[in-house]
Amino acid sequence: MFELDKWQEIYSTIRKNKLRTFLTGFAVAWGIFMLIILLGSGNGLENGVLDQFQGGANNGIWISSGMTSKEFKGLKAGRLIQFNNEDYKVLKSTIRDHEYMSARMFMGNNITSYKKEYGSFYLSPCHPDYGNIKQVEMVQGRFLNKLDVDEFRKAAVIGEKVRSDLFKGNDTMAVGAYINVKGVLFRVVGVFKDFGRDDNEQRRIYIPVTTAQRVFSGQNVISQISFTTGEAPPEQVDVMVEQSRDLLARRHTFDTEDRQAVFIWNKSEDYRRFQGLFLGIRLFIWIVGIGTIIAGIVGVSNIMMISVKERTKEIGVRKAIGATPFSIISLILREAIVITGFAGYIGLVLGIGVLELISRNLPQIDFFRSPEANFSIAVGATLLLIVAGTLAGIFPARKAAMIKPIEALRDE
Amino acid sequence: MIHIRNIHKSYTNGQNSLHVLKGIDLNIEAGEMISVMGPSGSGKSTLLNILGILDTHDEGEYKLDGIGISNLNERKAAHLRNRMLGFVFQSFNLISFKNAMENVALPLYYQKINRRKRNRIALEYLDRLGLKDWAHHLPSELSGGQKQRVAIARALITRPKVILADEPTGALDSVTSQEMMDLLTEINHTGITMIIVTHETDIARRTQKTIRIIDGMVQEILENEVRSKKPEGIKQVRTAIYEKVA
Repeated sequence: MFELDKWQEIYSTIRKNKLRTFLTGFAVAWGIFMLIILLGSGNGLENGVLDQFQGGANNGIWISSGMTSKEFKGLKAGRLIQFNNEDYKVLKSTIRDHEYMSARMFMGNNITSYKKEYGSFYLSPCHPDYGNIKQVEMVQGRFLNKLDVDEFRKAAVIGEKVRSDLFKGNDTMAVGAYINVKGVLFRVVGVFKDFGRDDNEQRRIYIPVTTAQRVFSGQNVISQISFTTGEAPPEQVDVMVEQSRDLLARRHTFDTEDRQAVFIWNKSEDYRRFQGLFLGIRLFIWIVGIGTIIAGIVGVSNIMMISVKERTKEIGVRKAIGATPFSIISLILREAIVITGFAGYIGLVLGIGVLELISRNLPQIDFFRSPEANFSIAVGATLLLIVAGTLAGIFPARKAAMIKPIEALRDE
Repeated sequence: MIHIRNIHKSYTNGQNSLHVLKGIDLNIEAGEMISVMGPSGSGKSTLLNILGILDTHDEGEYKLDGIGISNLNERKAAHLRNRMLGFVFQSFNLISFKNAMENVALPLYYQKINRRKRNRIALEYLDRLGLKDWAHHLPSELSGGQKQRVAIARALITRPKVILADEPTGALDSVTSQEMMDLLTEINHTGITMIIVTHETDIARRTQKTIRIIDGMVQEILENEVRSKKPEGIKQVRTAIYEKVA
């Protein structure tokens, strides 16, 4: 049996009722169109928000010192907490499950020069791990390494903006060149690119924290300790945060309940919260979208029902001349699937087209960026359509199969 | 060809049971042309439906060409209808959105014969019935007589053993009716058993036997004197069909 034959049989019945078929199909096309637009917008929102998270590992924890706000063990409130190298060492050995850890100093913007070019750049002494915590991408050379720190080397890793300001197009000259930072010459060992949204993050210079303490501050003070938690599950991350807080509280004698003494930003928690939000949004969108499609299915089913009723006589004739119940079911079911499938596909293409159009002409705005329907959505929608078509056809098809030829053919 | 013994059929509608056929015995030999007459409600249509395997009987025995017909599932029944039987109806029952050729070809679709082949065969049959020029017309563009000839072509295309005609001339004028009977007679002469339900004596008289049914029972079986008058044109059709079937 040549399969094309069945499709021709369906085509001839669909052709007979162009307007009806169009109206039916429209409901389905509209449903799919709306679903795609909704899902695409959801993705746009997600892309936009996740974009805010760029620049820094999503499992990062940043600990900065603050000022006590509570009296503790006879010590007054309002005491400034200052971290030192010992804090970093103790944390590093205590929080065993950390992945990367680095101390950092905040040294503000400093005049930096190379030959006759000057610029003001943010100086940020840190450990080698900071490159992984901040997730910078090296475009030239390397990030700081252990030797730089251990041997107090005057090595510097500069941002792309620093390079373009100081080297004015001679990019290749950057690595190996000596730049003057606060009157001290540092050798550039690498150039990085930062995906953070803030342009200023490209205007940074990272140097070994040990070198900075020796040549600039002469103290062992640090401003921030950050680490990543690797693959640790949320509960374990919470434990790590509490451990850090307890440790620092003990070392600096402050109340662990004092939230002003140290500030701990747990990025993974924020990230997780947004993940939860997106899950909720996606769920909501699918519910609304599927609801819309169900309205379409009911429409198709309804019209097919009427169609079967109208075609009672025809179906009776078909049965009298040898159509089996299965062939009738297959005829009606295929018709429903063809209508929903074809109309749905049009809705799908239109929806993706509109998303593409929006995506291209959308001005840069926060929290919304490149709405898109990806491949998995298209596949999901296609499967949904086939299921929808089948569902829409089942009842009318059963009804058609149950038509008795003698009743259908009875002359009124 | 058709042997039925003591066929009973009742219809239940809520609490009322209507006993329509009350024990019918009938033997129809291969190649016979039979008419069934009777007043409305006598059960003649029910009998035809049972003979056509469109309906089931409650009791009794039905053998069609040696095959026992009882408790068939729908698929099997559909298959037998398709292979063994041809139907001709009073209201033609052509499918309105299919042209004459497609209507004639439809039974072959259910035999899973490909489109090109079944359309070619359908055209041959339409040609023999003088409707070649109308092959691509929709039923709504045909006259009553033409529609009935398309329906007959559709009944013939599967080369059935029996043709069951339910008031085939009921919607036709008297001249066309006679032409239709000429045609059915010719088809019968090719060896196809013909059973015609009618309430017109004129029509019944042109068959070999008339079975009169009253109140769900066979009241009498009349032997008719078959008219020998046959127009020339029809003879050619007969020969053509005969050759095809033979």
